[in-house]
Amino acid sequence: MSNTKLSPGIVSARLSEEDYSNNFSDAYPGFSNYEAKVEADRCYFCYDAPCISACPTEINIPLFIRQISTEMEEEAAKTIFDQNILGGMCARVCPTETLCEEACVREAAEGKPVKIGRLQRYATDATMNSNIHPYSRDGSNGKKIAVIGSGPAGLACSHRLAMLGYDVEIFESKSKAGGLNEYGIATYKSVDNFASKEIDWLLKIGGIKINFNKTLGTDFSIDELRKSFDAVFIGCGLQDTNKISIHTGSEQFVEDAVDFIADLRQVNDFSSLPIGRNVVVIGGGMTAIDAAVQSQLLGAEKVTIIYRRNLDNMSASQKEQNNATSKGVKIIANAIPTAIEKENNIHKLKLSYTEVDNETGQLKELNQTFSIEADQIFCAIGQKFNNLLDVFQSKRGKIVIDNDGKTSVKNVWAGGDCVDKGEDLTVSAVAQGRDAAQAIHKSIISK
Amino acid sequence: MNLQSEFLGIKSPNPFWLASAPPTDKEYNVRRAFEAGWGGVVWKTLGLDPHIVNVNGPRYGAVWGPDRRLLGMNNIELITDRPLQINLDEIKIIKRDYPDRAVIVSLMVPCEEDCWKSILPKVDETEADGLELNFGCPHGMSERGMGSAVGQVPDYIEMVTRWVKSNTRMPVIVKLTPNITDIRYPARAAFKGGADAVSLINTVASIVSVNLDTFSPEPSIDGKGTHGGYCGPAVKPIALNLVSQIARDPEMQNKDISGIGGVTTWRDAAEFLALGAGNVQVCTAAMTYGFGIISELTSGLSNWMRKKEINSVSEIVGKAIPNVTDWQYLNLNHVTKAQIDQDLCIKCGRCYAVCEDTSHQAISKTINGERGFEVIDEECVACNMCINVCPVENCITMRDLETGEVDKRTGQKVSDEYANWTTHPNNPSSVKAAE
Repeated sequence: MSNTKLSPGIVSARLSEEDYSNNFSDAYPGFSNYEAKVEADRCYFCYDAPCISACPTEINIPLFIRQISTEMEEEAAKTIFDQNILGGMCARVCPTETLCEEACVREAAEGKPVKIGRLQRYATDATMNSNIHPYSRDGSNGKKIAVIGSGPAGLACSHRLAMLGYDVEIFESKSKAGGLNEYGIATYKSVDNFASKEIDWLLKIGGIKINFNKTLGTDFSIDELRKSFDAVFIGCGLQDTNKISIHTGSEQFVEDAVDFIADLRQVNDFSSLPIGRNVVVIGGGMTAIDAAVQSQLLGAEKVTIIYRRNLDNMSASQKEQNNATSKGVKIIANAIPTAIEKENNIHKLKLSYTEVDNETGQLKELNQTFSIEADQIFCAIGQKFNNLLDVFQSKRGKIVIDNDGKTSVKNVWAGGDCVDKGEDLTVSAVAQGRDAAQAIHKSIISK
Repeated sequence: MNLQSEFLGIKSPNPFWLASAPPTDKEYNVRRAFEAGWGGVVWKTLGLDPHIVNVNGPRYGAVWGPDRRLLGMNNIELITDRPLQINLDEIKIIKRDYPDRAVIVSLMVPCEEDCWKSILPKVDETEADGLELNFGCPHGMSERGMGSAVGQVPDYIEMVTRWVKSNTRMPVIVKLTPNITDIRYPARAAFKGGADAVSLINTVASIVSVNLDTFSPEPSIDGKGTHGGYCGPAVKPIALNLVSQIARDPEMQNKDISGIGGVTTWRDAAEFLALGAGNVQVCTAAMTYGFGIISELTSGLSNWMRKKEINSVSEIVGKAIPNVTDWQYLNLNHVTKAQIDQDLCIKCGRCYAVCEDTSHQAISKTINGERGFEVIDEECVACNMCINVCPVENCITMRDLETGEVDKRTGQKVSDEYANWTTHPNNPSSVKAAE
């Protein structure tokens, strides 16, 4: 340990090896058999259960929990995978507190919902750890589908299509599959290389080929794919991020939180990652939270999230906000950065307080200002599409799809973060990918 | 509160005895039980030498809740597997050291008068307070013509009880098996033979589980199993009913009953007393939680008695018996309806599922188009299933309809007159008033 939390500037190795390993271990370890049975017993097996409709993939939650209670983890996992082939990752990253667990009647009754996410992880882990892939493919039907992107949407779509007999080719711009599952999720939510293991498991279905380092627009075009494939699914996510302009003088000072999170996921030795003593994260979503929490876990002394609106408007759930503050992150709401100054060799971020104008709903910058020390600043104010939208009908910078996931271009479907529909969640992407696969199948067999 | 109990003239500081079973197998246990505060013990059943042997594998099977709460247990253990004289010596020491506690000796010997004649004088010498004849165990000993093999034949019960009564100075309690069709016959036989009291229930013949890998019943001994005796919280309802049947029987008015079967809390004990038991015997609860539960049993019963202004245990005995009746005498003019407290309702829909799928389609699943559950008075027969499955206490309750109020299901006004099946027009043998 060459440095400490108090070492100035942006340095690596602020913590001991033990601290790094504790900090980045599994945040919510899996249930033991006994814990799972006791928790499963809490489920009331509700009629027309509200948790099911609160799940974007509509997993039959009471059924899989009942299957766990009778020690049929494999059947429970199948109930999950039938609806959501990435049920393992969703069990780790879903904001269950705003989805199934928020709808759980025990949340209404006692503020303690059945821990659906952890039960789902228990069931899916059991099946995946024993290397069982509960689906098979009858063989090729001779039809070929191109899928752009190997993130949650692309994978869900590919698996379903492969199962139905299609030959699927995935075009992935990176050298590793997984999309945001591999690059965009906080490290402590997906330990032990889970994302990549999950993909290996998913590909057991067969009939799916992944072409790595193939970027849309550079290496191929939509039109080319349309010519050589029976249908195309776009699940490419959002490659670009929104930037913030702060008067920084000559230095390029603000970093992308998305890149920081991706680096954390790919690194083997946490002590090699430099982190500022004073870190500021700008934004109010999950990316901001993940960047802030992980900055703290890497050994930053002070981490502050700056959010321009009220706390209630943050898209990160209350649970995630609490998780951040419990790790020592400070959240300052109603403030925007205005400039960066250097005083006595220390960078200070100047901020103004804001207020929402009750009449217009517009955000107003107030005259009251303050400043905080900021060795490192991460920006997490949203991702956006790059310039490939022109061929599609688009809205709010994203591809417009119909109820079947079909775009305005013939034989092209889309889903996930790149479409203007649903929430930007892994589980929503899975649902869209899965449903697009069914729609593609329906369209092809009706020809 | 003084919980002093007197059963057949045998005094104990409270009405909680430990039943004849492993907890009362030897001096060491009994001493600890008395130190903990138990009112009495029925010593683990003695037999003739050579003493019996037990299996050397598991003796108990279990039915658990998901949280591993022991809901029911069965056993294939036999009577004491120690020499008779050791038990007798220990009983004598215990009675000498704890003169204020009840010490009852449970016995099981073959159905031959000489066998009884040989053991009874030895038991007399221990100066114990009484005898309990084990005519109940459904496993093992029954194969040898003892235990429930005797308890299932009223004539044998009467015969053996008579032998015992004519060869002992002690009060005699006959312990009955529930593995019969009508408990009143063996109970009457016991009293006819001269028994001073009956105790019930002994365990229920049972197989608690089958291992689905080995296909052996459990507990499994070298891949084979045999039926055992079931006990614990699961059997309490069976025991309560059988106790009440004896208490209600005109032929057995004011006969003494020692209540046994799943007594786990003070509440269970109070229910047994209310249905006519003069005291209770406990086993599974002590085997599950240890002797320390006696503090909860005594303090709970005391506290409840104080609140109810009941001054002695004997006041509770049989208090519910006047309210136990036959179905045919239930008031058919009494009309109730389920009602759901919308403020308490958590909208799980279990009431809807049970009513819609398995009962009377008397609950609607929407209120003003939103998810919500409401009773349809026109359909509700007040069966109570919605309350049974509702996870929220007091969310669904039964409301008694007022006299004169119209029952929307039948369109009839509720009458304040009592009318039962015996006079109902649909009853082919209804009793009509002479014209």
